[in-house]
Amino acid sequence: MPTVRIPTVLRKHTDGNAKVDADGDTVGEVFAALIDEHPGLGDQLLEDGKVRGFINVYVEDEDIRYIDGLDSPVEPDDEIAIMPAVAGGSA
Amino acid sequence: MRFDDVSQAIGNTPLVGLPNLSPDGYQVYLKLEGHNPTGSVKDRVARSLLEHALKDGSLREGQRVMEPTSGNTGIALAALCRVLGHPLTCVMPENTSEERKQILQLYGADIVYSPADQGSNGSVLMAQELAAEDPDVFMPFQYGNPANPLAHYETTAPEIISDLPDVAAFVAGLGTGGTVTGAGKRLKQYDPSIKVYAAEPEYGDLVYGLRNLDEGYVPEVLDIDVLDSRIKVNSRKALTMTRRLAAEEGIFAGVSTGASLHVAIRVCKRLPEGSKVVALSPDGGWKYLSTGAYAPGDADEIAERISGTLWA
Repeated sequence: MPTVRIPTVLRKHTDGNAKVDADGDTVGEVFAALIDEHPGLGDQLLEDGKVRGFINVYVEDEDIRYIDGLDSPVEPDDEIAIMPAVAGGSA
Repeated sequence: MRFDDVSQAIGNTPLVGLPNLSPDGYQVYLKLEGHNPTGSVKDRVARSLLEHALKDGSLREGQRVMEPTSGNTGIALAALCRVLGHPLTCVMPENTSEERKQILQLYGADIVYSPADQGSNGSVLMAQELAAEDPDVFMPFQYGNPANPLAHYETTAPEIISDLPDVAAFVAGLGTGGTVTGAGKRLKQYDPSIKVYAAEPEYGDLVYGLRNLDEGYVPEVLDIDVLDSRIKVNSRKALTMTRRLAAEEGIFAGVSTGASLHVAIRVCKRLPEGSKVVALSPDGGWKYLSTGAYAPGDADEIAERISGTLWA
């Protein structure tokens, strides 16, 4: 089952867990399963059916904007990472 | 090469091949921005920010400059402000490395610390507040100033095109977004088939330092449409590649270089065989020695131990 990495700022919705398993063949399906299990994440991740601003989502380190958005395919061993958008570190 | 002052010695950095680390059938090159006068790519940005501000009148002679920066931009601004006669205040997270603090102070810059637990977002917010309170201060604001990507449009990319006319892909780190946006636009105007990839550091939790997602920040200068992809790189992968770069190619670089190089090697297989890929190395490793990133030992363990300060 794909694993989803949850950023610190959202772990209050996953009982403090940094990694959560959720099933699906696309990012959208995995998110739906994730939100089913942890309803608090719903408003945090999606807005009008799209990924919210200030969030970047990656499948195997690749930004899904450059794959196929929420329709991006997910393999059973893949890691999906959710990251907040921040100003660059050593700029 | 002879120059009248340090500001003229910026740019025209070496583009160096990596025969040992390039995947079979591909040629990866590093553009060594550590060869700039203050040791980083930010010399180009600082010069562009100040020159444009002086030209359009937003910066007056002798006026104080203030900028949120945890390192290279501050150091570059500090050197140029000295030469041009501007006092400088840098706003930076208090966990910034000792080398950088000392270099800034040596150049005569004043430092204001923002809380470590608010990361670089905290520096941006604090600098914006301080500048708003003081009308006598000029803030170039690299995250939102078009003169930042313009520096790469006007200098970095033309140098790459001149040195490697058949470049197939360009990779640079994502901080302000200035490098990928400016150089990427110029490269695609030159040849629309050139791919542009951003290597995004996966920072430690300290840098994220957010209480909620609404505190997130996307730099105004970043144009995500220039990118063909954006690939995140964790501390372990970036540090491993940075250390291999020294061991196998004799190049001592900062950890962001390892991140971009990791992405450059990863994307090779998406390109036709024989492709040439340029990764930008923002700086050398000198300023990060005190982090322990280069100490003897296992790269995975070191990355784990210092992930909070590695990119900060």
